[in-house]
Amino acid sequence: MTDLVIDAQGIGKTYGKGSARFTALADVTVQIRRGECVAIVGKSGSGKSTLMHLLALLDQPDTGTLAIEGVDTRALNARRTSELRNRTFGFVFQQFFLTPGTSVLDNVTLPLEIAGVAPRVRRERGRAALAQLELDDKAGSNATDLSGGQKQRVVIARALVSEPSVIFADEPTGNLDTATGAVVEETLLRLNREQGITLIVVTHDEDLAARCDRQIVLRDGRIVSDSAREEVAA
Amino acid sequence: MRAADVVTKAVRNTYRSKLRTTLTVLALFVGAFTLTLTTAVGAGVTDYVTKQVASLGADDVFIVTRTAETTTDGPAEYDPETSSASTGTTGPGLPGTGASDPITEADLDEIASFDGILSVDPVQTAAVDFVQYDDGTKLELTISPTSSVTNADLVAGEQLDEGGDPQLVLPADYVDPLGFGSAEDAVGSTVSIGITDVLGEQHTVEATIAGVSQESLLNSGAGANTALVDELVEVQSAGIDSDDPRYAIAVARFDTSLSSDEVAALKAEIIDAGFGAQTIQDQLGVIKTVIDGIIGVLNAFAVIALIAAAFGIVNTLLMSVQERTREIGLMKAMGMRGRTVFALFSLEAVAIGFLGSALGVGVAALLGTALSGALSAGPLAALPGLTILLFEPASILGIMLLIMAIAFLAGTLPARRAAAKNPIDSLRYE
Repeated sequence: MTDLVIDAQGIGKTYGKGSARFTALADVTVQIRRGECVAIVGKSGSGKSTLMHLLALLDQPDTGTLAIEGVDTRALNARRTSELRNRTFGFVFQQFFLTPGTSVLDNVTLPLEIAGVAPRVRRERGRAALAQLELDDKAGSNATDLSGGQKQRVVIARALVSEPSVIFADEPTGNLDTATGAVVEETLLRLNREQGITLIVVTHDEDLAARCDRQIVLRDGRIVSDSAREEVAA
Repeated sequence: MRAADVVTKAVRNTYRSKLRTTLTVLALFVGAFTLTLTTAVGAGVTDYVTKQVASLGADDVFIVTRTAETTTDGPAEYDPETSSASTGTTGPGLPGTGASDPITEADLDEIASFDGILSVDPVQTAAVDFVQYDDGTKLELTISPTSSVTNADLVAGEQLDEGGDPQLVLPADYVDPLGFGSAEDAVGSTVSIGITDVLGEQHTVEATIAGVSQESLLNSGAGANTALVDELVEVQSAGIDSDDPRYAIAVARFDTSLSSDEVAALKAEIIDAGFGAQTIQDQLGVIKTVIDGIIGVLNAFAVIALIAAAFGIVNTLLMSVQERTREIGLMKAMGMRGRTVFALFSLEAVAIGFLGSALGVGVAALLGTALSGALSAGPLAALPGLTILLFEPASILGIMLLIMAIAFLAGTLPARRAAAKNPIDSLRYE
């Protein structure tokens, strides 16, 4: 079972209190194997972002259990959780979240800086990650001076630099036009195919979802369909 | 995250909103500037007073007087051994002596008998008419009565040699009128001192100039060693010997190895025996208290300015935290821990504190040194030896550390807020 990168059993999340109480996610069971490309699909409010936050350890489930690479996350303290997140996950967000006024290289090496990697090693690995995304000539540029597509590729380089086993991409093409969106899409899928990095994409873009191996569809905080299970059932 | 990286990042962050940082730094600058100047004034004046104290008396000396018996049981009975006639005249111009009974030879012996007292010498006064060098102008001169036990604040030459020939320490303002080229030229020269004896006849006594002293606020007149005073007194008395000489004050030297507690105990013992005993420090304690009080009030104003500046830091950093909410969220999502976020923001506050204090202290030291020089040459020329603004490295460092500590404290509130941010909420924040 070590092949399972993420093993979530019956996880649920409720926000608010009293009459404002709102169940964002109820009794969701998901198992993701190493190297899979998974699309979490659903309308806004379906709970797909909440599911991603829980799987990425950005939030804690109220019910159920979650194991990352075989480690039960309930047993981890805040420090271990932070370390696990830093080591295991890479993040690509719709709004890029690049630090303004800072060089592209510094942005890319941020996860390594947080991990406490030595400055020289950081620069080397940052340049390597940028080279992989054909952005090596932009290393010294100010991050805010880039085009949208370039920014998202910098973000992917940042997600990649700590050599994570899982990359979470939250609407990675949401802020891009069709052509650049396609480039970013292709880059992410190639990383999954060629480097075996597990890719978990949260999107409402059906075309992007269709290019993933597996689609998990959420509605009102519950899984309504999971292509992996259907295959097993079929 | 590495500590060095945290510091670098925090320092770099201070430069991100330059205008805001500059304004906050300016607020701190005012506080640091004021505090540095007030502290320097305090140090300058204290230093001056300390020199004055040294010129007034050595550290191992009690000024002993005869206090009137406390008459709780009505008038005291006359006893030829201990009683002496009240003169009602003022003693020589030394602070704290005032009107008192004279001290007899028997009293001197009694004081000398206390444990820890090395020697007791009566202070003899000689009324000098003039001083003259090489047939030049005759100038009026006063001999300071306690000069044989004090250390002069010298500009040239050496302190009086108690064992040697008659010596004189000349006040600096006598150098020019007496016809010397400089203070250095005066040292070693022989001058004539004119004195009138009790019979009205004028004599002259020769003395060598051992040193030239800074003009002093508290101790005026020339200094004379025991040999010179003895000679002057002898000439003055015109050979008339008094069987029972009486003195207004005596100087008791005590063992310098005594601790301050032991000195206090010895002093209490002497006072119990019916004398007044004061060290020079006792006599100047009041002056120091007043100075400390004034400096304290000035410092309080500077600290108020710093407290106002601290609120500026809180405000600046709260805005930074607000602005960087998403960045904080991202860093936390990537595994940065709350305490690192806290360290980042509180160190940013310390960096602002450092900038403000370094600038304030530096400008104050530069400006103050120039100002101090101008004041000493101009309005304060009448107080030679006074450096009104004295900048001490230790106090400057202390001020910088104090301001950085205040900045750190001010930074903790925004830093805690930043550290407590939830990554998801921060990432959603628009």
